[in-house]
Amino acid sequence: MPIKIEHMSHTYQPGTPFKSDALEDIDFTIEDGDLLALIGHTGSGKSTLAQHLNGLLTPTAGRVLVDGQDINGKDVNRRALRQRVGLLFQYAEYQLFEETVYKDIAFGPKNQGLSGEKLDRRVRAAFDKVHLPPETLEKSPFELSGGQMRRVALAGVVAMEPEVLVLDEPIAGLDPKGRDELTEIIHELHRGGVTIVLISHNMDDVARIATKVAVLERGRLAMLGTPREIFSRGDELEAMGLDVPQTIQLCRALRAGGLEVPDCLTGEELCEAICAAKGVPSHA
Amino acid sequence: MLKDITLGQYYPVESFVHSLDPRAKIVLTIVFMVAVFLGSSLFAAIPIVLFILLTARLANLPIKMLLKGIKPLRIILIFTFVLNLFFTAGDTILVEWWKIRITREGLMSAVRFSLRLVFLVTGASVLTLTTQPVALTDGLERLLSPLAKIGFPAHELAMMMSIALRFIPTLLEEADKIMKAQMARGADFESGNLIQRAKAMVPLLVPLFVSAFRRAGDLAMAMEARCYHGGRGRTRLRILKLGKNDLLAALGTCALVAAVILIG
Amino acid sequence: MEELILQAENVSYAYEEEAAPALRDVSLGIRAGEMTAVLGHNGSGKSTLAKLLNGLYAPTAGKVTVCGMDTALDEYTWQIRQAAGLVFQNPDNQLVASIVRDDVAFGLENTGVPSEKMPAIIEKALRAVGMLEFIDRAPHTLSGGQKQRIAIAGILAMRPRALILDEATAMLDPKGRQEVFSVVERLNREKGITVVWITHFMEEAARCRRVIVMDQGKCVMDGTPREVFSQAEKLRSLRLDVPPMVALGDLLRARGLNISRDAMDVESMAGEVLKCQ
Repeated sequence: MPIKIEHMSHTYQPGTPFKSDALEDIDFTIEDGDLLALIGHTGSGKSTLAQHLNGLLTPTAGRVLVDGQDINGKDVNRRALRQRVGLLFQYAEYQLFEETVYKDIAFGPKNQGLSGEKLDRRVRAAFDKVHLPPETLEKSPFELSGGQMRRVALAGVVAMEPEVLVLDEPIAGLDPKGRDELTEIIHELHRGGVTIVLISHNMDDVARIATKVAVLERGRLAMLGTPREIFSRGDELEAMGLDVPQTIQLCRALRAGGLEVPDCLTGEELCEAICAAKGVPSHA
Repeated sequence: MLKDITLGQYYPVESFVHSLDPRAKIVLTIVFMVAVFLGSSLFAAIPIVLFILLTARLANLPIKMLLKGIKPLRIILIFTFVLNLFFTAGDTILVEWWKIRITREGLMSAVRFSLRLVFLVTGASVLTLTTQPVALTDGLERLLSPLAKIGFPAHELAMMMSIALRFIPTLLEEADKIMKAQMARGADFESGNLIQRAKAMVPLLVPLFVSAFRRAGDLAMAMEARCYHGGRGRTRLRILKLGKNDLLAALGTCALVAAVILIG
Repeated sequence: MEELILQAENVSYAYEEEAAPALRDVSLGIRAGEMTAVLGHNGSGKSTLAKLLNGLYAPTAGKVTVCGMDTALDEYTWQIRQAAGLVFQNPDNQLVASIVRDDVAFGLENTGVPSEKMPAIIEKALRAVGMLEFIDRAPHTLSGGQKQRIAIAGILAMRPRALILDEATAMLDPKGRQEVFSVVERLNREKGITVVWITHFMEEAARCRRVIVMDQGKCVMDGTPREVFSQAEKLRSLRLDVPPMVALGDLLRARGLNISRDAMDVESMAGEVLKCQ
């Protein structure tokens, strides 16, 4: 189910000078099976764009087409269409409200009209995907650690079985262990067939798991391509105030020093490239 | 959505009224309100209107800003007017039609009460439009401090007000975010009857309260870490000093009271 | 011997009597002018340590001293909190006033500084964190990094000897993180303020002079960044990240390349790779 964004613009409070988080003429398509990383610094419009993908915000110009249908169109079932795109907000642990983790995860699918055994299956399937200890299911979400609460919130969105999952900085504020675990869960969801849009500041993660990268700069789509294509334009990224993964930085430094290595996204890849360039036999 | 609500709308310009001591402004606003109640004849409204116009001029406030303050009141205003118009007993009948009877006394009291309401709200808005919230809480604390001797929590009350002012924008933003997050999970805040709507608020209110408590805990800890230990031995950044202008303002307000009493 | 600004001797702390202690028998000393990073995943006792080091909590067992003052004694409470300032994680939850100027004044008001002396101190503190031009702004109109710098200015105004930052950059974007870290680094370098920098970010720890790693309420590693990060296996077993260049160094050494363990950032790694045969 591709999401096609057609010449979309958004202006907050049109007519006032406050336009910092607006979007201008965004035009690209999120294809089935993508793990699209959306990068850009704070205020570049990433979160605004994310909220357009499931109709929480309505574009001031242009359209968002989900499966060929305008999600803000008059003749379509907007509610149903929007629910095919799940959205997890930043610091999502603060949206939990139910007495038990089970009930909280059930909130979304219940709103979709599910009940009984069907609902139960949904909740348990979503809970399994976020790898929490089984006894947490009947606990109060407020007894859990911050990282665990965030995973419950993710399960709450996954339980609605969206075809596209939009995640707004899902690892922000977590400790290294929490970051790794959640990144792995996202990776697994993607492998399980969910299209993912990931807003992230962590370039090393983006380089490792994304299939495509879109760079936003002051509300405009500045670049779109594979991680390798995008990160090979390191100078431009740095000019926008964005980080470049350390592996790429090293590749550039090595080439500047006369050692020809291609741009590499992971440590393993880079190790092979250095060994090859140095003439070290592979798998010594 | 929720972010559009503006609170404590301070109008940031420089003026005679802006420069007054907040304590003077609070007291004079109260005196003004008393004056509004002293006048019983309609003619008493004349000096009051003049006083308001003069104050607005001295405060560099466009009249539009004052009218904006009255706008949210229009329902109550109409209600007050209609209630007084039809339910005040009187002898001089102006209009009589079927069971409805409008008397001269009714009309007078309708106009009087509506005007009073408008004047009171205008007086309060001049105060908040020309005084920074921080100065307002400071002034209030200083005014109430004599009561602290008999155990009235003047400092605590002012501290609570200033913390509330600090956190209103933060919590509004948060409420907006939680609402959107629940809407993304299919929550519906906009349709259904009253009970359904009230029930729909639970997923918004529970996280909002949990968050407010968490913030309160964090803030208490941060305040303690910065040596906060109540009002005792505390000095203040803002030194409040009554000056010549405050005296002028006080005289002006006294003149208003005198005029209202004379007219009756 | 250098002066120990913050010292913990065999300190344990439990939130409730029955509960498992959050800190177990921790002993450490922070020397004057030092910039120390504290690493460890959530629940390792880092935040508890921070709150013990400025007397917000009194130890269940053992002794904590700040500039020689015992935190368990009530008479020193305010002097201790003034000497060892604490900056918290959430930028929104530690600013008290609705105007920057008044917020920076908060600590001064609490400690009874005369009103006429405040404006100069406030301006100096705001200048030190590069936020002087925001003196009349409302906190909610500032970015996360800016709010944290205001929080730091509020502490600086009280002229502390030490600054303890409890994951002060955890909720910030990369730009805000960089802003706040640079400000603190400069305060340490130029004003000689002792810094305890609690963090989850290895690259920040790599820029400190000393790194302490906590796990299950204990201090498990303590040394220079080089000494700590060269033990990649141990860090991984503690579920902490290893800086990418350290991980790459391990891979290259496994393939027989002669790469120094000191290469922890891109620059030194590039030098090592280009140099080796």
